[in-house]
Amino acid sequence: MLIDTSATGLITVEEGTKILPPNIIITTIDKVVNWGRLSSIWPTTFGLACCAIEMMAVGASHYDFDRFGIIFRGSPRQSDCIIVAGTVTKKMSPVIRRVYDQIPEPRYVVAMGSCACTGGVFRTYSTVQGCDTFLPVDVYVPGCPPRPETLLEGMMKLQEKMRKEQMRWSPWR
Amino acid sequence: MEQVERIFETRELNVNMGPQHPATHGVLRLVLDIDGETVVKVTPYVGYLHRGIEKLGESLTYFQALPLTDRMDYIASMANNIGYCVAVEKLFDIEPPERAKFIRTIVGEMARISSHLLWLATHALDIGAMTVFLYCFREREWILELFEKICGARLTVTYPRIGGVRNDISQEFLDSLYKFTEEFPSRILEYETLIDQNRIWLKRTIGIGVISAEEAINWGLTGPTLRGSGVPYDIRKHMPYDAYDKVDFEVPVGTEGDTYERYRCRMLELRQSNNIIRQCIEKLPPGPIMADAPKFTLPPKDYILKDMEHLIHQFVLITKGPAAPEGEIYVATEVPKGELGFYFVSDGSGKPYRMRVRSPSFIHAGALPRLCVGHLVADVIANIGTIDLVLGECDR
Amino acid sequence: MAVRLIKMVPIHKGLEPTEIAEKIKENFPDDVVEVTNFRNIVSVIVKKGRILGICKYLHDEPTLCLDHLQDLCGVDYHGKKEPRFEVVYNLYSIKYRHRIRLRAQVPADDPSIKTVTSIWAGANWHERECFDMFGIIFKEHPDLRRILLPEDWEGHPLRKDYPLKGPELEKDWPGFVEVLNRSKELEEFEWKG
Repeated sequence: MLIDTSATGLITVEEGTKILPPNIIITTIDKVVNWGRLSSIWPTTFGLACCAIEMMAVGASHYDFDRFGIIFRGSPRQSDCIIVAGTVTKKMSPVIRRVYDQIPEPRYVVAMGSCACTGGVFRTYSTVQGCDTFLPVDVYVPGCPPRPETLLEGMMKLQEKMRKEQMRWSPWR
Repeated sequence: MEQVERIFETRELNVNMGPQHPATHGVLRLVLDIDGETVVKVTPYVGYLHRGIEKLGESLTYFQALPLTDRMDYIASMANNIGYCVAVEKLFDIEPPERAKFIRTIVGEMARISSHLLWLATHALDIGAMTVFLYCFREREWILELFEKICGARLTVTYPRIGGVRNDISQEFLDSLYKFTEEFPSRILEYETLIDQNRIWLKRTIGIGVISAEEAINWGLTGPTLRGSGVPYDIRKHMPYDAYDKVDFEVPVGTEGDTYERYRCRMLELRQSNNIIRQCIEKLPPGPIMADAPKFTLPPKDYILKDMEHLIHQFVLITKGPAAPEGEIYVATEVPKGELGFYFVSDGSGKPYRMRVRSPSFIHAGALPRLCVGHLVADVIANIGTIDLVLGECDR
Repeated sequence: MAVRLIKMVPIHKGLEPTEIAEKIKENFPDDVVEVTNFRNIVSVIVKKGRILGICKYLHDEPTLCLDHLQDLCGVDYHGKKEPRFEVVYNLYSIKYRHRIRLRAQVPADDPSIKTVTSIWAGANWHERECFDMFGIIFKEHPDLRRILLPEDWEGHPLRKDYPLKGPELEKDWPGFVEVLNRSKELEEFEWKG
């Protein structure tokens, strides 16, 4: 029976049987690739305001980030995630967009703190009301500032999202 | 010989240290004109974190504008709150009770310790000593846990209120704070053992960013940045507020005016703050924690749920704002970075007509071109660290 | 390596604020408009013409020695009183521990005043911020351009007729509109599965 290999999701082969096209070997590659990616997320340091201090506290020894495999890299070319921590202003928005464009795929965006999610307390002439107006955000971590445990849970939700991805390694999308 | 000289032409290079940089503390942009490795001119560009706090403060009442001051200098937010409260209390002419003054002194000094610890962590990390960063954050976590015991928030607390503080502190908190002050001097000794006599540290900080006393006053520097040059200007002694005239402490003042002296000033200030906290715990008097001024302060929360008059009182104060007298006031307080000043112009309504924040980081960033000229590129990083820059306060 | 601990005593060895105001009135009688006193801090309202002379006198006079410029800011009294703007100088003397406040009146039809950077070098960035937020031009300033907002921003935010939420999206800063348009164009290349 010819299986439609370009379909995503489960397809019915016989009465009561569903398989995930194209076949099982690809699913194991999916699992291995996703496991490799989620166990070593390397974010770019993008601390803007108060949330940056909590991000540094997560990187210090009390709430360790390194045990999750997360190491902060200085250059966007060497990282695969950007954590926007702090208020995004209009003067800073071209800089953030340029840094995001330089990150090689696959790339993820975590909006940390109320200011990055929706503009926060600051509804003024110079604050962008949320960084999702110009960036595709994967995980929103609310709080002002969020506790270190909240940021850890945010990264774990990002890991959950990565675990469920299918065929993000292939050129046929 | 002439031919060789003609081949080697040098010119100045224009380098951008962009807003996204691991060693600028936040979003500071510097454009350096360098000749080889020596810096000829530095132009700082700030404003990447300008959120419009001054304009926002004009449309909120005095109570609602208090949480905005937390987010300016987010490292020592208790000190910002105290500065705002002292200024507004002077405008309204109310005085907090004795217990509240001592509690505000205690948390102000805890904020000073936590700010200096973070300064040391990032300054040493930029210069190259990574271990100090982890040690300082260990102590800072202890202090943040103590803050959480008082008021529930770690970083952006809004604990000091207009007329006093938000809630009373328990004996258990005072015991754990006393234990902290007993252990802290040994930890300071640990940091000093790591870097004080280290040859690399000495070579990278002695003689860097030298500024004389008259020039420092002329450029508007305040706080430990000014005291390292030999000027004894400390607002806690010149214009005392809260309980600073009832405790006994000394002020460290340097002579040379370079980075090493400013570092030593801040380390000695850590010890003095420890001393002040111990004295305040011993002298803490019992009593109320909020001033008895019904026109300007909110009633305690447990009465609001039982009594109709208190509920109406709370409603009127929150919606219309306190009945501020007409006039203007400028009050300065000593925050860990320098002199934080609030200038209020009031027109008689519940919202400030003009709220101006004089932040020390803004002035110090303006003095960066004076400090960096003639040094090497690596010394620019040391200079940014020594003036203790926080961009949230600089840009407001 | 001599950082020493000194004991400072909170004593006030300087002049009273009203005496300083009297001295300014003696030396510059035509420029003083009003002297106000609120909570024992005296504020001298002056005309903007000889502000440089007044500041130089306050800085150099040996008994006054007001060497620390605590703050320099602008205030907009739109609709409340004329003249519209005021530039406020808060001065303090570290040696004598006395202080005074100067308020220079700046009218709306000629919003310019002389700079004081020749006396206090730290006034440089203060005046740039005042220009950025209010539009007051400081004559002979070494480098007068916007500091907190982008250099091609239109409007002066702290004026009372500028909206808090800022201009509409069509009239917003062109740099931000460009970022929004570019992100819309690049959205089709993002991962969606």
